[in-house]
Amino acid sequence: MEYLSLFVKSIFVDNMIFAYFLGMCSFLAVSKNVKTAAGLGVAVIAVLLITLPVNYLLNTYVLAPDALIEGVDLSFLSFIVFIAVIAAIVQIVEMLVEKFSPELYSALGIFLPLIAVNCAILGGSLFMQQKDFLNIGEATVYALGSGLGWFLAIVSLAAIREKMSYSNVPAALKGLGITFITVGLMGIAFMTFMGISL
Amino acid sequence: MDAKLKETILNPIFKGNPITVLVLGICSSLAVTVTLKGALVMALSVIVVCGISSLILSLLRNTIPGRVRIIVQLVVVAMMVILVDQVLKSFEATYAIDKQLSVYIGLIITNCIVMGRIEAFALGNKPWPSFLDGVANGAGYGLILLIVAFFRELLGSGTLFGIDILNRFGYVPNNLVILPPFALILLGCIVWVQRSIQKDLQEK
Repeated sequence: MEYLSLFVKSIFVDNMIFAYFLGMCSFLAVSKNVKTAAGLGVAVIAVLLITLPVNYLLNTYVLAPDALIEGVDLSFLSFIVFIAVIAAIVQIVEMLVEKFSPELYSALGIFLPLIAVNCAILGGSLFMQQKDFLNIGEATVYALGSGLGWFLAIVSLAAIREKMSYSNVPAALKGLGITFITVGLMGIAFMTFMGISL
Repeated sequence: MDAKLKETILNPIFKGNPITVLVLGICSSLAVTVTLKGALVMALSVIVVCGISSLILSLLRNTIPGRVRIIVQLVVVAMMVILVDQVLKSFEATYAIDKQLSVYIGLIITNCIVMGRIEAFALGNKPWPSFLDGVANGAGYGLILLIVAFFRELLGSGTLFGIDILNRFGYVPNNLVILPPFALILLGCIVWVQRSIQKDLQEK
């Protein structure tokens, strides 16, 4: 039951975009049409699902106080370790996808390397460190949930923007301005999920 | 040369503002704007990280092989962010703010402004202009942060820097303003104002 609660919470209540603004840069840049948005969303889910458990293991068995050597606290190194793991895993995933599934590679090609600097990925690891998960299962469920939340957010924004291209927006508000306001309103809608617990 | 340097400093503040024009670094900018204090600390941290990592990478620019440059950039930026984080943690006055900013200090690493300016400017320019460019972009980012934080703290808590401004006149703080979505709406309005003044930025 706890896993389900964590899963639902990380999708809707603690949504990466609407509650924490993580991964905003690519969220705004790649949400012009639904198809590419969905591609990036899938890539984010995949990378989160791999990096978060790996960083969880590193955090528990290497970086935490007294974990590696008695009396040594390496937690100040966490930023640099996490980002190195993420960059390395993104590189490996890119090579694997290119080798085994060229179609998927050409569909995701441009987005994969960009994901290394997507705040949602590093943010996921940093939140994991803060939330003190009990075991690797919880960390994985959290990764899947927040990835799905991100996917949901970018696909729905892309759908709205596709429709919005037909509407009459004031000239100075066109493009970036109206997108910000739309995301804000979507965030208010997502806040209705607040306080849900299973 | 002097005019060019001046342009390097002034352009990112308004005409080429990293947030409202280049759409970089929005990720970490919105969550830290609930109070002016948090926004100020965040802005200063980004200025320091952006300026010094631009300087370091500009000094290294002729020795880094092109293929591994992203990793080198990430390592330099991550090192600067760790330094800033440790400095913030070590003073009593800033420790509480560091806790309040939580993961967002760490997220300066993936802040697109830092990486973007290094890629676009520091790798092709001399150290001194690169340093100024980094600082100016950090300042442009900080300016937007402070504007958003000003309205959010004033309307959301009725205070500025924790000092009571509106509450003494019987103002009831508006909780919607403190919630995350309002920051986006406010940012949308800032973009609207800027693009009404600078018509050439409007999108077709």
